[in-house]
Amino acid sequence: MLEILGLTANVGDKQILKGIDLTVNAGEVHAIMGPNGSGKSTLAQVLAGNPAYEVTGGSVTYDGHDLLDMEPEARAQAGVFMAFQYPVEIPGVSNAYFFRAAYNEIRKARGEEEVDPLEFAGIMDDKLKLVEMEPEMLSRSVNAGFSGGEKKRNEILQMAVLEPRLAILDETDSGLDIDALRIVADGVNTLRRPDNATIVVTHYQRLLNYIVPDVVHVLAHGRIIKSGGKELALELEAKGYDWLTGGVPAGARA
Amino acid sequence: MTDAVAFVEQFRTFAADGGGEAPEWVRVMRSSALERFTQMGYPTTKNEDWHFTSVSPIAERQFVPLTAVSGDVRRTEIEPFLFASPKQWHLVVFVNGRFAPELSHLERLPGDVQVVPLARAWEELPEIARRVGSIAPGDTQPFTALNTAFLNDGAVVRIAAHAEVEHPIHLMFVTDRHGENGVSYPRNLIVAERNAKATVIESYVGLDDAAYFTNAVSEVLVGERATLTHYKMQREGLRAYHVGTAEVRQARDSHYISFSLATGAALSRTNINTVLDGEGSGATLNGLYMLDGQQHGDHQTRIEHAQPHCFSRELYKGMMDGQSHGVFNGKVYVRAIAQQTDSKQTNNNLLLSERAQADTKPQLEIFADDVKCTHGATVGRLDENSLFYMKSRGIGADEARRLLTYAFAADVLETIENQAVREELKAMTLARFAGVS
Repeated sequence: MLEILGLTANVGDKQILKGIDLTVNAGEVHAIMGPNGSGKSTLAQVLAGNPAYEVTGGSVTYDGHDLLDMEPEARAQAGVFMAFQYPVEIPGVSNAYFFRAAYNEIRKARGEEEVDPLEFAGIMDDKLKLVEMEPEMLSRSVNAGFSGGEKKRNEILQMAVLEPRLAILDETDSGLDIDALRIVADGVNTLRRPDNATIVVTHYQRLLNYIVPDVVHVLAHGRIIKSGGKELALELEAKGYDWLTGGVPAGARA
Repeated sequence: MTDAVAFVEQFRTFAADGGGEAPEWVRVMRSSALERFTQMGYPTTKNEDWHFTSVSPIAERQFVPLTAVSGDVRRTEIEPFLFASPKQWHLVVFVNGRFAPELSHLERLPGDVQVVPLARAWEELPEIARRVGSIAPGDTQPFTALNTAFLNDGAVVRIAAHAEVEHPIHLMFVTDRHGENGVSYPRNLIVAERNAKATVIESYVGLDDAAYFTNAVSEVLVGERATLTHYKMQREGLRAYHVGTAEVRQARDSHYISFSLATGAALSRTNINTVLDGEGSGATLNGLYMLDGQQHGDHQTRIEHAQPHCFSRELYKGMMDGQSHGVFNGKVYVRAIAQQTDSKQTNNNLLLSERAQADTKPQLEIFADDVKCTHGATVGRLDENSLFYMKSRGIGADEARRLLTYAFAADVLETIENQAVREELKAMTLARFAGVS
């Protein structure tokens, strides 16, 4: 489904990604772990098409298409979804309008009929239950005044409504208490299907207790330095990132 | 100065013809206003109040006072500007500055409300009409002086004590194709007496692509415990010039609620000045200006807290595209006696293109020591993060910009209490920047 080859990317003049190779097949869950500044979030942003990041080399093929050549909205319409680490507040645009606009854009791209507000309310009802949110959130502005947990749940709600083929969760677990974490993880697990794939970007192993990955990659200094099964995450949790990145182990410091 | 000579000539013609029916005191007022204007001349950008707005395009053009009553404006032409069915609201239409009875609908006015064209009010409503000129200071404001010199028609609206008027009273000033090179001087007087409650809407619209000038003045009295909602919808033609002034005087415990929309005219200036002249009174001044192309739109407000325990709330938003230039200048003046003043003023501007421009100048002048006054102003662009967020959900670039532009204006639009006006302005805002890229 997704094939990344030799991907390099800059933020400003600084090279963050220094050659990423990654293949994700339908039905798989990949975890990308790594210390702060390793390039995890940059990879997520580049896949979503954030113009603040400049791709300098390599290729990304998604379902046979050159993903890097597509506008962010075209990527979303083709089934790519990124849950933001810092969801954006948009005062003045209601969730109801925002969700329906996005939903209809994606339906249009698939050659399906747009839905009217009434029909859409029915669709939202089911999805709201999944993330334990009240329908009244729909009349509030997008993320405006939401707590950290509400914002993350709203990301998962968007994912549930838009039903992406490739979902990228960018540190969705950061700043979440255990209840919110469980709700987010349940949401993701419920949405797992044989024909879609998920990339979970995270700093901590904790989320992976709930969303069990097929493959774990460790990203450091802009490269994937190790890949393995789910037990790699546990090993990282026990030994810290220094074990792999060549630094002094945390326990050995004076 | 050359323009003074032209005005004196125009005035002679006017006084001999169209202006002749007014009582003697009005004629005297006109003459002295003309004299005052010829002394002052047009304001220049050296005048602090006109620093960001040059009126030389108006001064250089010799606009001729419109006198002909145009009979060929059709009902269907004004329909797009009506907000509601003309049979429901009370509608007074003026074409090229003159009352147009065939387009107006006043038959359903309640008995405790009077709406009379100024040209007839001298006779029909003399007790009210004699207040014309008592509120707007013609001696310091050149455009007001000019309006006074040529005042002839407009609306006199009187809402009697305790009257609650259910439907808005819509004063519509239309300029049609006969307006080319012409100027009209609408003069309105709105009196909301004790405990009265009403909504008065002033619309200024152009039906044709004519270059004309509207110089309007409204004098407003809000009586004790009265609530007057006063909207101004400036949708003049894009080659037109517009200067519109509202001078408001408020009595004890009154509330004046103003909303000013400016989307039309090549050059427009709106002045809204209110004096909180009774304890416990309040003013809410909100507005939205949306400009494009070469448009220049200026709002200047002055809220004078002249008595204690008054409040004022002000929120103005501006959206500038193309090479347009938006100006906001808001002054809150708190007299020494006006303790316990509670005032908040905000102006936000959104620049939608590289060459659009905004100037904002919120001003506080406080002479009392126990007050709560805040003000703030911003000039910004569409937030790239918000744009990307929307796009990442499949929403196309144009739609994302449109939504964000709308979102910028949403809170000020929500303050419009009248649903028909609110919904129409929302739709207008959504449509206006549909193609922004």
